[in-house]
Amino acid sequence: MHNLTVAELIKGLKNKDFSSLELTQHYLTRIKSSELNAFISITEDEALSQAKEADKKIKQGDSSILTGIPYAHKDIFCTKGVKTSAGSKMLDSFISPYDATVTKKLNNENMVMLGKTNMDEFAMGSSNENSYFGPVQNPWDVSKVPGGSSGGSAAAVAARLSPLATGTDTGGSIRQPASLCGITGLKPTYGRISRYGMIAYASSLDQAGPMTQNAEDAAIILTAMAGFDKHDSTSANKSVPDYTQCLEDSINGLKIGLPKEFFSEGLDSDVEKVVMQSIKEYESMGAEIKEVSLPNSIHAIPAYYIVAPCECSSNLSRFDGVRYGYRCEDPKDLNDLYLRSRSEGFGEEVKRRIMIGAYALSAGYYDAYYLKAQKVRQLISEDFKKAFNEVDLIMGPVSPSVAFKLGSVKDPVSMYLADIYTLSVNLAGLPGMSIPAGFSGNLPVGLQLIGNHWSEELLLNAAHQFQMRTDWHKHSPAEN
Amino acid sequence: MTWETVIGLEIHSQLRTQSKIFSGASTAFGSKANTQACAVDLGFPGVLPVLNEEVVKMALRFGLSVNAAINKNSIFARKNYFYPDLPKGYQISQFEIPIVGQGAIEITLESGDLKTVGITRAHLEEDAGKSIHDLYDDYTAIDLNRAGTPLLEIVSDPDMSSAKEAVAYAKKIHALVQYIDICDGNMQEGSFRCDANVSVRKQGEGLGTRAELKNINSFKFLEKAINIEVERQIDILEEGGSVVQETRLYDSIKNETRSMRSKEEANDYRYFPDPDLLPVVISDELLEEIKKELPELPTEKKIRFIESLGLSPYDAEVLTSQKEVAEYFESIIKQGADAKLTANWVMGDLSAALNKSQIEIFDSPISAHELFVLISRITDNTISGKIAKDVFKLMWDGKGSADEIIDKQGLKQMTDSSAIESMIDDVIANNPAQVQQFKDGNSKVLGFFVGQVMKASQGKANPKQVNEILNAKLS
Repeated sequence: MHNLTVAELIKGLKNKDFSSLELTQHYLTRIKSSELNAFISITEDEALSQAKEADKKIKQGDSSILTGIPYAHKDIFCTKGVKTSAGSKMLDSFISPYDATVTKKLNNENMVMLGKTNMDEFAMGSSNENSYFGPVQNPWDVSKVPGGSSGGSAAAVAARLSPLATGTDTGGSIRQPASLCGITGLKPTYGRISRYGMIAYASSLDQAGPMTQNAEDAAIILTAMAGFDKHDSTSANKSVPDYTQCLEDSINGLKIGLPKEFFSEGLDSDVEKVVMQSIKEYESMGAEIKEVSLPNSIHAIPAYYIVAPCECSSNLSRFDGVRYGYRCEDPKDLNDLYLRSRSEGFGEEVKRRIMIGAYALSAGYYDAYYLKAQKVRQLISEDFKKAFNEVDLIMGPVSPSVAFKLGSVKDPVSMYLADIYTLSVNLAGLPGMSIPAGFSGNLPVGLQLIGNHWSEELLLNAAHQFQMRTDWHKHSPAEN
Repeated sequence: MTWETVIGLEIHSQLRTQSKIFSGASTAFGSKANTQACAVDLGFPGVLPVLNEEVVKMALRFGLSVNAAINKNSIFARKNYFYPDLPKGYQISQFEIPIVGQGAIEITLESGDLKTVGITRAHLEEDAGKSIHDLYDDYTAIDLNRAGTPLLEIVSDPDMSSAKEAVAYAKKIHALVQYIDICDGNMQEGSFRCDANVSVRKQGEGLGTRAELKNINSFKFLEKAINIEVERQIDILEEGGSVVQETRLYDSIKNETRSMRSKEEANDYRYFPDPDLLPVVISDELLEEIKKELPELPTEKKIRFIESLGLSPYDAEVLTSQKEVAEYFESIIKQGADAKLTANWVMGDLSAALNKSQIEIFDSPISAHELFVLISRITDNTISGKIAKDVFKLMWDGKGSADEIIDKQGLKQMTDSSAIESMIDDVIANNPAQVQQFKDGNSKVLGFFVGQVMKASQGKANPKQVNEILNAKLS
């Protein structure tokens, strides 16, 4: 049952092959026996009652397509009455008084939330090692990282602990763990999904998206998650298509661009081989392959690691120990309350980024850092614009290597460098996807698909067509 | 040595919207602590601000009324600092590009001369909550009801050269924001707050170092605070010292300013554009719409009072200086009263009585209609202007309407000329010496006779008739 895709589960529920309660119990059992540490909270009681409610609705014929489907929710989305920690000690005690818009939308479908998934603290990290709740293990090799920051979500889907999970992607946090765990992950265009209730890391880059076994499931979930929200001024007032409608379209004649900058020094040769093999597959489906150039993409890392810390330094100021969340013991005075609550409540990486951001925004440095980074961001967007005048999609690697050993990357800058292929997509606000494309040894390798603004249909179509011809997305890690 | 004072004001004017600038919570004043703050105002994780469009319209009303440049694309920025009553750790404000750019307003100086004061900019921002330090011994209490209340910060050019000018400017802005209905102007509740940037310099020299004065909640204190600060700065400079750039708190009880924080201690606010909010785009259509909705502005009203009602520039200025006063005055005129006479009553007896009782005109115990009736009784010769003053006092004390009082007290003017004549005959008969003086050419004695007749009639004789008959009889 747990190897079924969302599309298959929808059919199964409809045909009464199983009930939502049975499905939910099955996944809960798997979650509870898993040692991957993919979940921060397991919401068993809520899940069981949601499942019963869903079964009732199905019985009454009052259900929508996703009614009764279990899912795992990244612990960055606010969930009313349920701990919402963002992977931080700061919010270990925080029970959200309200639902995020994404949570509300999935609730309205009567989906069943199994639990809240582990993540790098406040979504800052590429390995899930920055979680207050401990690292997540990669289900393909438990000595390896699952990627981050949506590492818990990726591991949960890969290990079939949940048929799907939500994720958020600020610099690759959906695509990179999807790649490292061998699942499908989609980061939509900035503004496609409401950010309301999604704990902010870097507001101009953060975007939620689905993490699933395949593109068809991603299309189903995206349709449910997307849409304008009056509570989020940056969400786009644009209608939401049924993303499953275009999956079967032919991609004959599709123009695919390969950015030469994505195939240079630093790219693992196995990863490159897998990516090139996938490109051949596309070629055989009638796609035209063309080299393109994104000359400013080399500046994506420094630009991102200015913009994101600047925004986070301000976004995380509200965690001050005054109204909710962690407060140090016996504060002497106000300054002591701030200093110790924040020093003790935040982890190392979060503090590092707050400090970088506060520094870059300070008087006398703003022009040299923040403004300069915004200019670079503009140049990166223009590179993509030019490329999309020539091609329909851009493809390349997601990550320069496969999953690395837990604890092996100690230097933060080396960790930042692993984001090289994903960051520019966020800086330009574009949609990007990672789909399973092969293996290096026993570890999965993802292929990245990058589209123009609002081209989610084309991305999903191209991904689905690939998955009709390959079975990489069907592989699942051996059960322990 | 002659010192020149240079003053610029920053006025925080609370916009009178129903809901907050970035959330749907109510802005009503005086509710139980923390009952009017929603998740957005409390800065909960994940919440986002959504701009209340009403505040944009209000800012535009202000901008258009001071002939300011309107920025068609203005930006909200975050002003970052930690304080317990600032829930997000930053205040959403406007920094580099405010919605209202350079404008100007005309003020009337004590001499009656006009002076133009430049308005550097006006920008939208959210208010913080309140820290209450004296409620508990060991704790500071936080009330976030005010957090997120919309403010328009109006920044003047450093164009004022005395405390009196600063007050005239502040009053002008105070009147304007009420005229255009964007602020209730209530200084006690903090709806209208002034900070003053004050510096002194020797005549002809460049700007001196300024101090920013905070915590001023009345026009009286504004004047006092500036004067005391100017004195302090001159003393320092004359002793060879130098003024430190700093923020100073005005203490109205001790009438002194004291240092709050120096420039070095000042926060580095780390401003940057708020990524949660889009630029505010103003269309030409919206501007046109706002222009059409604007009421008659004080300056326009003043000109109309002078040109079509024939009032003096001084009277017109006083009567238009406060929206409610102008409305009260105009309401009487509209009922048909004489403009000049009404102006005298409103600016004279009524204004004096209001001042004495410290009552605002909208709370006046004598309504505009009641005063109209009283004024009408003068013009229709029912009572004299002198008697009217007595009637006014009784009306003020709640003794009834003008007609009731005139009736009850028998104050109706005596217009029966034969009765007046007989009183005059008596007066002439009883004062032969004065009659002789008059006949010898001392015309001033006429006033004596008028006084005697009025006394005899208990003030009720029509003064005009008395004059006429006296003149006829004596000559």
